Amino acid sequence: MNAVNAAGWRPSMGGVGEAGGVPPTSSGDYGLMLEEPLSFELGAEGKCGVDFDAADRAPAAGLSKFLRKAPPALPGLTEPEAVRHYTRLSRQNYAIDLGPFPLGSCTMKHNPRLNESMARLPGFADVHPLQPQTSVEGALEVIEQLADWLITLTGMASVAMSPKAGAHGELCGLLCIRAALDARGEERDVVLVPESAHGTNPATAAFAGFKVQSIPATPEGRVDLEALKAKLGPNVAGVMITNPNTCGLFEPDLKRIADAVHAAGGYVYCDGANFNAIVGKVRPGDLGVDAMHINLHKTFSTPHGGGGPGAGPVVLSEALAPFAPLPFVTRGADGTIHLVEEENRGEGHAQAFGRMVAFHGQMGMFTRALTYILSHGADGLRQVAEDAVLNANYVLRTCEDVLPAPFAKSGPCMHEALFSDAGLADGISTLDIAKGLIDEGFHPMTVYFPLVVKGAMLVEPTETESKAGLDRFIASLRSLAERAKAGDQSLHSAPHFAPRRRLDETLAARKPVLVWKGDAGEPAAS
Amino acid sequence: MRYLPLTPADRTEMLARVGADSVDDLFVDVPEEARLSGPIEGLPMHASEMAVERHMTALAAKNLSAGSAPFFLGAGAYRHHVPASVDHLIQRGEFLTAYTPYQPEIAQGTLQVLFEFQTQVARLFGTDIANASMYDGSTACWEAILMAARVTRKGKAVLSGGLHPHYGEVVRTMARFTRDEIVSLGTELAAEPDDAAVIGAIDDATSCVVVQYPDVLGRIPDLAAIAEAAHARGALLVAVVTEPVALGLIEAPGALGADIVVGEGQSLGVGLQFGGPYLGLFGCREKFVRQMPGRLCGETVDAEGKRGFVLTLSTREQHIRREKATSNICTNSGLCALAFSIHLTLLGGEGLAQLAALNHARARAAFERLTRIPGVELLNSVYFNEATLILPRDAREVVQELAGRKVLGGVSLGRLFPVADGLGKGLLVAVTETTTDEDIETFATELESLLVGVPA
Amino acid sequence: MTRYFTEDHEWIDVEGDLGTVGITDYAQGQLGDITFVELPEKGAAVTKGDSVSVVDSVKAASDIYTPASGTITEVNETLADEPELVNTDAEVGGWLYRMTLSDAAELGSLMDETAYKAYVESL
Repeated sequence: MNAVNAAGWRPSMGGVGEAGGVPPTSSGDYGLMLEEPLSFELGAEGKCGVDFDAADRAPAAGLSKFLRKAPPALPGLTEPEAVRHYTRLSRQNYAIDLGPFPLGSCTMKHNPRLNESMARLPGFADVHPLQPQTSVEGALEVIEQLADWLITLTGMASVAMSPKAGAHGELCGLLCIRAALDARGEERDVVLVPESAHGTNPATAAFAGFKVQSIPATPEGRVDLEALKAKLGPNVAGVMITNPNTCGLFEPDLKRIADAVHAAGGYVYCDGANFNAIVGKVRPGDLGVDAMHINLHKTFSTPHGGGGPGAGPVVLSEALAPFAPLPFVTRGADGTIHLVEEENRGEGHAQAFGRMVAFHGQMGMFTRALTYILSHGADGLRQVAEDAVLNANYVLRTCEDVLPAPFAKSGPCMHEALFSDAGLADGISTLDIAKGLIDEGFHPMTVYFPLVVKGAMLVEPTETESKAGLDRFIASLRSLAERAKAGDQSLHSAPHFAPRRRLDETLAARKPVLVWKGDAGEPAAS
Repeated sequence: MRYLPLTPADRTEMLARVGADSVDDLFVDVPEEARLSGPIEGLPMHASEMAVERHMTALAAKNLSAGSAPFFLGAGAYRHHVPASVDHLIQRGEFLTAYTPYQPEIAQGTLQVLFEFQTQVARLFGTDIANASMYDGSTACWEAILMAARVTRKGKAVLSGGLHPHYGEVVRTMARFTRDEIVSLGTELAAEPDDAAVIGAIDDATSCVVVQYPDVLGRIPDLAAIAEAAHARGALLVAVVTEPVALGLIEAPGALGADIVVGEGQSLGVGLQFGGPYLGLFGCREKFVRQMPGRLCGETVDAEGKRGFVLTLSTREQHIRREKATSNICTNSGLCALAFSIHLTLLGGEGLAQLAALNHARARAAFERLTRIPGVELLNSVYFNEATLILPRDAREVVQELAGRKVLGGVSLGRLFPVADGLGKGLLVAVTETTTDEDIETFATELESLLVGVPA
Repeated sequence: MTRYFTEDHEWIDVEGDLGTVGITDYAQGQLGDITFVELPEKGAAVTKGDSVSVVDSVKAASDIYTPASGTITEVNETLADEPELVNTDAEVGGWLYRMTLSDAAELGSLMDETAYKAYVESL
C-alpha cells in the first residue's frame, strides 16, 4: 500500500524535535492532514464569488424606510477559495463512501449515484410546488408510484407522503390515531411504549398530547405480552412498537399484541426505522399494524447528508387511512392522478386531520427512493433484507466470544448485532471501544443505545458491505475487545489518529458558543 | 444486483459460519404464516441502470420545468440561480454520505459547516444565535410558537393575515392537538398589511404574534411597531421570512425587535424541487437558548487544546429528554444547510445585497409592464421581488389557461386561500434575477390576450 | 439544623420552617460534569415530590423532586454562571433553592444521614 502517513503519525505522538524526529511544520498542516479556518476568518467583506448581470438597481422610492443600513456582515469568498474551503472541510468527515458506517438503527447503506442524477433532472429539480397540476403530472406520478410500492411492500391500505422525516412521520401516525379516536368520540389518552423504545417514541407521543406508559421487556429482549395486556383498557389509545426492535430482534408476538390492542379498542403504531431487515420478507400489514413510518433515508437509501434531510412517509391501515393529512395524491378508477389539497378536500378526503408541511413533502427524496426501488425490484429488495440480516448475524457470531452479546442466546438477530461492555477491564468502557474503532479507520457503532443494555454497542453493517470488508471490521473489533480486556489504557485517550482528539463537551455545554464573534461583529439584536 | 456485494459463495460460507442451513433460518422469529415465500407478486423485478433511467426520465419529461418556460411563481418557494460549485460540493461523498455528527472527532467537516451556517443565519436575521436548521419554514414556524409558549408561559399565538396560508394550516393543525390557542387574522386585498389589526389582537394572554416579512402578498409590515406593542404586553414577536434574499435589501427582523426569526432557506442553494426537501431557518435571542428547538453546534476544544466543534445542549432533545423534550425532531436539514451556506459564502454580504437589488430591479420592470395591461392593477404600495396583481377575472382560471400556453404565470390567491372570500382575482407574481425581459414580454402578451382577447 | 435525605438523592436542611435543598455528593458523582441547572421560580408553591428543578449534565437531564411542600423563597443565582459548584461542593455551596415548609410532618418519611449512607451502599 502506498498510503501517505502510513504510520499515522501526528504531532501529539511526540517525536517532533526529538533526536531523529521530525520538526513541526510551519503551516500546522501535516501532509494530507489539513487544518481549515472558518470561512469568516478567510473571507473579506466585499469579496464575492458570483457575477451579476448589469441592471439599474435603485430601489423603488416607497421602499426607502424599509432598507437596511448596511449589507449583512457576511464575508464572501471567490469560487476557487470557496471550493477549496469546503473540499478541505469535507476531508475531516468520515462517510459511507470511505468505509463501513455500522451505526445501529441508522441503516447507513451505500447511496447509489443514479438516485442523485435522477433527482437532478430538471423535470423534478426545477418544478415549483404550486404549478398548475397539468404542468406537474410527472411529479405527481412519482409520488403515486412510490406510494403504491410502499403500500404493497407493507401490505397496508394507504400512505401519507408528506412527513419530512421519521419523527415527523411518527407524529403523523399518532395524529391519525388521535383523529380516528375523535371521530369515534372517544377520549383515550394513554399510549404504551416499550422501555427499550427509541427516545423519539415517548417524545412524539407526548407531543401529540398523550400520556406515556412504559411496558417492560422480557429477559429475552422482547416486549412482555402479558404486562402489555394488563395495561390495556378504555383509556389506551394505542401502543408504539418498534419491529424489529431496538435490540435487533423481531417481535414474534406482534400479531398477538395487535389483536389484544385492537380488541381493547386501541391502535398499533409500528416504528419502521428497522424496516430494512424485513422488506420483502414480511408485510407489517399482515401483523396487524395500523400505522408505520418508513425512513426513506434508511431502507430506501436516500443520503443522510450529515444529518438530513430525511423523509418519513407513513403507511396506514383501512381504519386510519381516511385521516391522512393534506396534500394527498390518489389515482382514480380511470387511472388519472388527483392532488387533494384544502380547496378540494371534500372530494374524497374530507376527514384529513389537517396539514403537516407547506407544499408536498420531500419530493427530492421521493425521486431518489423510487429510483432505488425500481433498481432493486421486488426480488432485489427481498435480497436486501436477507443480506442485511446475514451480515449482522455474521458479525454477531464472529464476535460473541470476545464481546458479551446479551441476547445471542435468544436466537438469530435481525439486521443489527447487540453487544455490551460487561467484562472489559476496569475503567474501560463502550466509549473507549468506539473511539478505538476511529483509530482503526472505521466509524463506531451506535453506543449506549438501547438503554436497556448497559454499555450497549449496536452494530448494523447493512447489506452493502462485502464479506471482505466485514472481515476487516470484525478483525478490528476483536482486536479492540482483546485490548480492552487486557486493560490497554491507551484506549482511554483514543482516538489518536483522527483530525481531532476527544472534544470537551462539558465546556461546550456550560458556556455555549454557537456563533462566531471573532470580528466583534456583534449581531444587531439588543 | 449492482448494489449487493455478497456473492452466492460468500452467502454459503457466512451461513455456515453462523450455523444456519438457509437464510430463512435467520427469520425464524417471523411467524411462519406471515413470512413471504418469494418476491411479492405483481411487482417488477430488478432493473438495469439504463432501464431505470429511461423510466424516470420519461416521468420527468411530463413536467413543465421552470427553466423551460416564462416562470413567475413564488409564494414561499423561489427560483434563483445556484452557482455550479454549490451542487458539486454538496455531492462530495464526505458530506453527502455522512451521518449526524455524533462522533465529532471524525465529523469536523459537517460540524464546522454547521457552526458557520449558524453564524450566517444569525447575521442574516439579526438575531444573537441560530440553530443548525429544521425541516422547513412551516415547521420552524410552529416550533417558534411552541418555544414562545415555553418562554412566556402563555399559550395564545396571534397569526397575522399576511402569513403564508400553508404555514397557518400547519400551525392550526398542530395546535388542535396540543390545545394551544391560535388567533388567525383575516387576509384582505389591501395595499398595505393591516398592522393595526395585529397590534389590536395582542392581549396579556398572548405568547407571541407571528408576522411574515415580506408577507404572503409581497407587502412589508412595520415590524418595529408590532414588536413594541408585543413587548408591552409581555408577548414575543416571531418574524417569518420565506424569501431570505429580501434581507439583502430590507432590514433584518432581529434589528427591528423580533425575538424569534424563522424562515425558509430554500432560496439560497437549495432549488425548487417541487416543494422539498427545504430548509427551516431558526434564530432567536441568546437568553432563550435553552428553550430553543433543534440541533445546535457549539465551539469547544479537544484534548490537545485545538479548536473543534460538537453538537451541544442535547439534553433539550428527544433522545435524552424523551417525553419532556422541547421537540420530537431528530434530524435537521443538513445537506440543504450546507448548500445554503456555500451559496451565501459565495455571495458574501455585498453579493447578497447586489442579488437583492437585482431581484427588485427585475420585479420593477415586470410590474411596470404587467400593469400596462388594461384591467390589471398592482395591489402593493411596496414590494421586494413579489407582489399581488388584481385581474379583471378569477385568477385561478387564468393561471390554468396560461399553463396551457406554456407560461407559468404566478400563483392564484384562490388556490392559496380556498375558503377566503374576495381574493379570487388576486394573482401572486414573483420575479427574480432568473427572469428575462423576454419572459416578461411573453407573460404580458399572453396575459393580455387572455384578458382582453388580443390574439397572441 | 437537621439534614434529611430522599431516595432520589436530594438533601434538605431544616431550621424551623425554613428548608435549603440540594443534591447529594453521591448524586453529582453519578451525573458527571454538570453543565446547567434550571432553578424553580421564586414564590412558586410546590408539593412534595413535584419536579421543580432540572440538573443537566452533558448526556443526561435529571429532574429534582422537592423533598417537602411549601413555597420557594430563594434560588442559588451563582449556579447560573457556575453550575460546576454542584460538582465541587454539592452539599454546601451547590445548594439549589430555599423554601418555607408548609407541613413539617412530611419530613418524617425522609432518611437521616446514617440511613442514607446505608441506602447508597445498598445500591
